[in-house]
Amino acid sequence: MTALAVTGLTKSFGGLRVTSGVNLAVEPGERRLIIGPNGAGKTTLFNLITGELAPDTGTIALFGRDITRIACRRRTHLGMARTYQIITLFPRDTILRNVVLALLGLSRLRWNPLIALERQHHLMTRADEALARVGLRHIADRPITETSYGERRRVEIAMALAQNPKVLLLDEPFAGLSIDERRDVRRLLAAIPRDVTIVMIEHDMDVALDMADRITLLHFGEVIVEGSRAEVVADPRTREVYLGE
Amino acid sequence: MTAAWVRRAAPAMALFGLVTVPFWVGNSYYIDVASQILLFAVFALALNVLVGYGGLVSLGHAGLFAISAYTAGLMLQAGYGHAVADIAAVLVTLLTSALFAVLALRSTGIGFLMITLALGQILWGIAYRWADLTNGDNGVSISTRPAPFGISLVDASSFYYATLLVLLLALATMAAFVSSPFGASLRGTRDQPRRMTALGYNVWLIRFLAFLFSGFWCAIAGLLYLYNNRFISPQVSALQASAEVLLMVISGGTATLLGPIAGAAIVVVTKYVVSAYVVRWNLVLGVIFVAIISFMPEGLVPGSVRIWGFVRRRWRARQRARKTLSGGPP
Repeated sequence: MTALAVTGLTKSFGGLRVTSGVNLAVEPGERRLIIGPNGAGKTTLFNLITGELAPDTGTIALFGRDITRIACRRRTHLGMARTYQIITLFPRDTILRNVVLALLGLSRLRWNPLIALERQHHLMTRADEALARVGLRHIADRPITETSYGERRRVEIAMALAQNPKVLLLDEPFAGLSIDERRDVRRLLAAIPRDVTIVMIEHDMDVALDMADRITLLHFGEVIVEGSRAEVVADPRTREVYLGE
Repeated sequence: MTAAWVRRAAPAMALFGLVTVPFWVGNSYYIDVASQILLFAVFALALNVLVGYGGLVSLGHAGLFAISAYTAGLMLQAGYGHAVADIAAVLVTLLTSALFAVLALRSTGIGFLMITLALGQILWGIAYRWADLTNGDNGVSISTRPAPFGISLVDASSFYYATLLVLLLALATMAAFVSSPFGASLRGTRDQPRRMTALGYNVWLIRFLAFLFSGFWCAIAGLLYLYNNRFISPQVSALQASAEVLLMVISGGTATLLGPIAGAAIVVVTKYVVSAYVVRWNLVLGVIFVAIISFMPEGLVPGSVRIWGFVRRRWRARQRARKTLSGGPP
């Protein structure tokens, strides 16, 4: 069964068509890279898949289940998690607290106004484990305001991983990172087990090329090329889009 | 004096001070004023749930406070007992809060503020204009205070203790709420509502429930107001009253437990005590607020903590410097 199936997805903002008849079929365990120049509609596609935006037409299915009309927050409970290109953390809280909030989102405990959150040791332990996976355990109690950009990127990933998603959507996880930080993040993403399906957006195709099983090239909201790494790189249309030849 | 010692001793000293108020404030008028501070502290704490922890600034909360007092006052006038009138007042206020929340939570920020303001003004209009029901500008008077568990609250000090007890209860539930998972969820919706949705939270429902929690303590504060003054008039529901309680929260320190209490003390003392000596007490209040916003933009309580920490560090540094100067090698 397809992990994530998008068919005929269209979205317009006024007269601007940002997503135009997009079809996407991502198999379980696959690493799919979505590339395209600025304004290709990559993040909009993510917003449609996660339900932050409602499509004009088309359907989205998660493991065969139609989720097109299901609210964004419910999709998270069905096993979808995402990171943001523009870092979206809780700035007044510590790193650990950010991850705890991610865990709490899927726990019934989030409605409880009577118990002390600090004493929910199983949550704290799991948050600690998620931070260990991204190598931030040693600074877990540091407030977000005192962390570097690269650390914040990793907190984003830790929050998504903590939710134990079946489908993980990464929106430019390498954006703004130094060469060393990129290497760390790449290693960390490579260590994610294959029972997690990953769809990753990258603006700069060289950065994430070697991680991808298949690549989809988006341009002006349309799928231009789709195929294996070699196929997409060799395709003249890729060069056309990227180099304007 | 270490910081840990201060942190442990300060609440005990504050509590001791509050408990002994009726002994060192002989005059029963001033004991009533003290009760007024405490009940407005409950009101400000209730508003702080939305303003401080939910990031939702309401300018209609005086309406909720007043509808509770009016409901109980009118039912008492109609001959119902205290228990029935009080429970009805809480239920009516909760229902009104739910209605307020459904309408106002369609938006946040300025939109939320304007809708709550409009809703509050509707309640003020009812209190002021629907004279057949509310007795209009003449207000509603009651003659008795309740006697819970057979304890009479007729004299000023016993009513003061009852109000103190309610305030401590409110403070305890707020403290539990703030450190609970639900409190963390509410703060999350304040800081990153979009992210919260993506993390699986129902942002609207979290805000709605917080509104009800806030409404509940508004109802309790409204009842205390009615019983303390034995009178309620449309003024209590006016925009000015909503603005005053909002200023209590902001001047004391939003998203803190003690800030709203300090803010309530400033406003009530100025209004009831300073006004006896200064005709333009509003001006005094304005100057106080401007001073707080200028020197402690985060509010009186967190601002004082910050300045106290700064002074202590400076003093320690000077001590150390003096020691090295006198005791160091020649």
